Formats: sequence, structure tokens, C-alpha cells
Amino acid sequence: MYGYAGRILHVDLTTGKTRAEPLNEDYARKYIGGIGLGMRLWLDYSKAGVDPFSPENPLVLTTGPTSGTVWPTGGNGHAFVAKSPQSYGISEAKSHGSFGTELKRAGYDGVIFHGRAEKPVYVWVDDDSVQILDASHLWGKPPAETEDIIREELGDYYIRVAAIGPAGEKLVRIACIINDKSRAAGRCGLGAVMGSKNLKAIAVRGTKDVTVAKPDEFLEFVKEFHERMKGPATKKYRTLGTPENVLVHNALHCMPTRNYNNAHFEGAEKVSGEYLNARYVAKIIGCSSCAMRCEHICVVNEGPYKGAMARVEYEPLWAMGPYCGIDRLDAIIKGCELCNYYGIDSISAGVIVGFAMDCFENGILTAKDMDGIEARFGNHEAMVKLIEKIGKREGIGDILAEGVKVAAEKIGKGAEKLAQHIKGVEVTGYDLRCLKTAALGFAVSFRGADHNRHGAYAFDVKGKFNRLKYEKGRAKYVKDLEDVYTIIDSLIICKFSRGTYYKEFEDLAKVYTLVTGWETTPEEMRLKGERINNLARVINVREGLSRKDDTLPWKVMNVPIPDEGPSKGAYVTKEELDLMLDDYYEVRGWTKEGIPTPEKLKQLGMDELIPIVEAKIKKT
Amino acid sequence: MVKIHERKFVSADPDKCVGCQVCEYICAWTKEKAFNPLKARIRVVRLNPLVNISITCRLCEDPPCVAACPRDALTQSEENGTILVDEDKCNGCGWCIEACDYGAISLHPDKKVVFVCDLCKDKPDGPQCVKWCPEEALDLVTADVLAQKARITATKKLFQEALKVAPTT
Repeated sequence: MYGYAGRILHVDLTTGKTRAEPLNEDYARKYIGGIGLGMRLWLDYSKAGVDPFSPENPLVLTTGPTSGTVWPTGGNGHAFVAKSPQSYGISEAKSHGSFGTELKRAGYDGVIFHGRAEKPVYVWVDDDSVQILDASHLWGKPPAETEDIIREELGDYYIRVAAIGPAGEKLVRIACIINDKSRAAGRCGLGAVMGSKNLKAIAVRGTKDVTVAKPDEFLEFVKEFHERMKGPATKKYRTLGTPENVLVHNALHCMPTRNYNNAHFEGAEKVSGEYLNARYVAKIIGCSSCAMRCEHICVVNEGPYKGAMARVEYEPLWAMGPYCGIDRLDAIIKGCELCNYYGIDSISAGVIVGFAMDCFENGILTAKDMDGIEARFGNHEAMVKLIEKIGKREGIGDILAEGVKVAAEKIGKGAEKLAQHIKGVEVTGYDLRCLKTAALGFAVSFRGADHNRHGAYAFDVKGKFNRLKYEKGRAKYVKDLEDVYTIIDSLIICKFSRGTYYKEFEDLAKVYTLVTGWETTPEEMRLKGERINNLARVINVREGLSRKDDTLPWKVMNVPIPDEGPSKGAYVTKEELDLMLDDYYEVRGWTKEGIPTPEKLKQLGMDELIPIVEAKIKKT
Repeated sequence: MVKIHERKFVSADPDKCVGCQVCEYICAWTKEKAFNPLKARIRVVRLNPLVNISITCRLCEDPPCVAACPRDALTQSEENGTILVDEDKCNGCGWCIEACDYGAISLHPDKKVVFVCDLCKDKPDGPQCVKWCPEEALDLVTADVLAQKARITATKKLFQEALKVAPTT
């Protein structure tokens, strides 16, 4: 078998037993790898309604068929899958760097962590040897330090480590899993799932060869992609980076500002990609096997945050900046560094702080409630302090660590209306009131509020559609993009490179064919993408999610954009949301309630999952 | 013996190298038909996000690895200065590894003998890592050319303002 190591490792943290099993080839062919394979495996080893923090919620770690090869951006990816403590549905988070390649060379397509260890442990995967080791001395330490200590004590500086920080240990619901010291499998709180298992870290050394089915053609295609990556499709990522979005979104008035009180930020210039690159970017580096390099490493050289260093992308910059009314990049870089230190998702962290500031401005939370912090919009010191408190679950941070949905329920007094989330997962940097194709993508995303499950904002931002009004027929475009995105996350390649796949499904099918040797047509590839989206939906249906959960944040549906300018007055009505959902479910071949039909599953070769949907369809 | 001034080796520009490991992958594929950095003759070091470089054999004069070998398994090529390993004599004792200041010579994971950069002697177009480096950070150069490049870079930094008025190219 090419493209696959052919083995899945099971680690039972309760019993301490480990075993490697052959990879189910049917799963590999149907669900590719990465998030597709991960979700399919998760389904096999979980029961309906499992609590995300229960030992019965397995944490699945996967690589993709391109992991371990020199495929540009593809060589280095890995994915985590489990039920989310935020959405209570299926969730996935991917990361790049060098960890995934190592796991592939150790000879595994995936690792499934079952149960819960009695005390803190880390798992040491050294090719075929797997050990569960004591981690009590690592408990409380940030991921970067954890990585250094593990390398030192195992005596190999090339060991790759994925670890949780103090936040994951304390079950902060936005905790992430960090590899290579600063790369995060960020969203949906999978670091908290790992923490609930008392699993501090996963250390890997792989010494085996990785090969591909058709090496000569493969390398030729790699060379072609190296050239494509020097071209216009990746220019943004290689130059200003994603922070380029700040001024673009601000000009369109589609940048959520001060917890969705505005869609335009008067201080945007000072937090723009242009400003960041001119003053703070020290070097742009790259992941293993990548030919484009995008990681803008930023350093603060003076002022109160002197010495802070972090990679900065648009989303965290937006969340800790405009979303909190903050126009200081030095504070934002410090905020990003703190998120890496505690191991929390930097998007959700910023959105939670914005929510807390809105609560403060509206008198729902007082300075006394907030441990003396005057959490006004624009107060950068408050932002930094609140992130620390969330990371430590200290004082008000203990409530905020639950994420905006649960925190708002605990706070009460109308805080629910200020909590901007979908399915419990905090929003990202696109104002959905005036980006209505994106709004559909966000509403139906299986892992909650997210731009990375569809990328539908591009239609709105680039002006392909009228972004202020939803029109029937757009769901097809959203669906097609979702299907591309699930393939990207299952092969695991980087979304920043998606523009270099000029022929989309055809190019993706070619990579897959050259790596695995399994001749795959573009249409078959598209079907795999569709199948994986249906799989995610089936799991969410099993976990009790339905049409009622495909919704939008309160302000998106109730507070029109107030700013004078191109988006003034825009918001999404209930009728418009219904129009979106009806359009989308129809294109997907799902019921009015958003449940995949038995016919659809049969068509996609997922017959064994039909009983799950049949049970739900009968009830509704 | 080729003179030290004419000896060309693969060197990474620390300002350009981003630690992407493409050189490792291509080296291991070229020499061993496997994607496996452990089989690469060039290795990447990343100490922190800002500190990255790939390192391979620098073809030293009077190479300490050759001197350190108790079994005379290593010699330096008369033709181009690369280190030649006699795999029948080498027993993987590791004295040469310890002697090398750059970590450029390693123990092979399967064969249990040491291996080192041979400048892709079988490839008409020379070292494949140089050819593939996406950042053009790798170069096949002599020590003299490295010095020239360093002087030019330093001069450009010194005369930043003047160069804005009168660019050299």
C-alpha cells in the first residue's frame, strides 16, 4: 500500500495497553485520511451522546496520504478528531509543522487514544515501540517547555512533540494542542479533551522510509507546484500574509469590531498587515516540505511587551485587536504569545475577551466581577490580563474559560445576546451580517462557527455575488467548496496552498493517484469530499444536532450594522436564514431538518450508516 | 589534490533558509529512493522560529573526520575534496561523527556505516538540494565566494541610504 503506513495504533490510557491494527483499506479509499479517516474511526469507537470529557470520547490523531512525502505543504500535516466540548458535535483541528511527517515515518496512519490515565502521562511512540510515561513533572508547563524537556529526557533533539498547555489540563474549553512549539490544532477545544484523558503530550520518532506509488511523475508534479507556489496564487501568504485582510475587510465594512457592535474599525491602519510587516515581522519561515513559506514571526522590540514573539495571522490579530477595539500590535503579539503559552485557541480567546468587554460596557459584568479589571473596549492591558486569567482559569477567567456560550449562560442578565458563537464555537473575522454567502457556510459548518470549512466568504469579498442579499442557488457553490475543503483536510494539505490547485478536483485527484497508485478520477475525488461532509453530518445527527443548530449568532440576526458606509443596515432575518438552509439541504440531498437521507448515503456508499439517520428521520 | 580555494561545497544562506526541509527530502530521495530525513546528507536545524539553517559537509582542509578514523575508512577525494567512505572498512564506531564540528557526517540508519555529502557525483546537474531549494538559499560555492558574498551583503547594509539613491543593479 502506497501513501499509507497501513497501521492504526490504539493506546488505551485506562489499562495502559497498546496495540497496532491494520488500516481498514475500505476506509482509506472512502475517507482518504486526515479528518475523513479520523471521523470515520471516531464513529466506530464511540457511543451516541458520549460526554466530550468522558474517557469514552476517543481522541483520534491522523496523518494523510501525503504526510511524510515531499508534497508541498502536504508532507507535514496531522489532524485531531473528537467530540467537541464546545459544539457537542464532531470536531476536527489540523496543524502543520513537522509532527505529522514523523508519525507517518513511525509507521502509523492514525493513533486512537482511548480511556483516561490515572495520573498525568505522555505517550512515547518510537517506531514500533510505544510507551506510556509519567508526566507529573510536565504538568503545568507550557507546550514549548514540555517539548524541550521531553527531547532532553529521551535524548534525541529531533523528536517531535504535540502537547497541551496548562489550559488543556484545566479543561479550558478553547484549549488547543500545540506541536513544534508554536503550531496549533486550534479550534473546538480538543486540547481539553486531551487534558481530560490526563494526556500531556505525544512524542514521536519515526525512522521508516516513506515512498509513493509513482515517484517520477510525483516529483515532476512537485516541481510544477513549486513553480506555481512562486506565482500569484500564494503571493498574499508570502508577502503581507493573511493580515492583509484587515484593510480589505475594513474597507468593505465586514470586519466585526467591538464584539459585533460595529463592522468597521477606525484604528484599522495601526493593526494592518502593512503596519505589522513594516514594524514587527522579523522573519518569514516555512513548514516541513513547504515551498511557499507563510509563517510571519513577529517580535516586539520595545515598550511594555518587549520581547514578545509569536506568529501572527489575520484571525487572532482581528480577534485580539479590532474585536476588542484594540489598535496596538505589540499587545496583540503578546496576546498570541500567551495563547501559545497556555495552549488556547487564539481566535476564540480574543472573541471571549471581546464578549467580556461588551458585558463590562453594558454593566452585565462589573470591575468587581472581573477581579478589578476595567475591561473597556480598547484597553489592551485588560485584554492581556483576561487571556492570562482564561489560561489559568483564575477568577473571572474560570467562567470565561467555558467559552462565550456557556459563560453567558452562567453570567445571565442578557449576556446570551452578546455571545457571538455558532454551535458553541466562537465566531471568526467575517461580519456575517453583510457576507451572506459566508453566513450560510458558517451556519451549516459541522464544527461550528468557522471560515475554514468552506471559504465561502471569497464569493462575497471578491464581489462574485451580492454580499448583502442571499439568493437561492448559491448553496451549490457553498457545497462544492465544502467538498474541496474536506478533501484538503483529509489529504492533509495546507489551505493557504489551495489556489495552486488550478484545476481543483483534477489536480487533487492527480496527487492522490500518484501517491497511492489508486487511479482516481476528478469526479471520484469530488465524491470523497461529499462523502466526508455527509459523514460529519451523520455523526452530528447521531449526537442530536439538527436544523435548529444551523443558525447564526444573536447579533447577526438582530442588530443591523450601524456604521455609515457600504454595509449599513445589513443583517440576516429568520426568513433569509430559512431560505439559505432550505437551499442548502436541497442541494445536499438532505431532509428539511438537515438529515442526510438513506438514498443519499446509499449513493455515496455509506450503507452501514443508514440506521443512524433512519432512526432520526422517523422521529421528526 | 584540489586546492582549498577551488573546493566547492553546499552552503545555506542563514538569511534565506526557512527550515522547510525540502533539501532533506530531495537528498534522501536522490541517494536512497526514500522520503526519510534520516537518510539525508544535509540536515536542518531549527532552534527557534527565527533560527533555522541546513548544514552539510564543508569539505574541510585536513578533515578531522578523516584523521579521527581508526580504521582508515575515510579519505578525501583528490578530485573535488569530498569525503569518501570505504563501507567495507567502516564499522560505525562514530569517531568521525564526534570529530566533525558541523554534524555533517552521520550514521546510516540501516547500513550502520557513516555517510556524508558527495555533491551528487552521479548527477550531471550537480547537488540536487541546490537545484530544488524553493528559497534559493543553498549554493554550491567556494570559501572565497562565500567571503565575497558576505562582504557585499555587509557593504549593502552599510550603504542602505546611498543605495536608495543609486541602486547597483
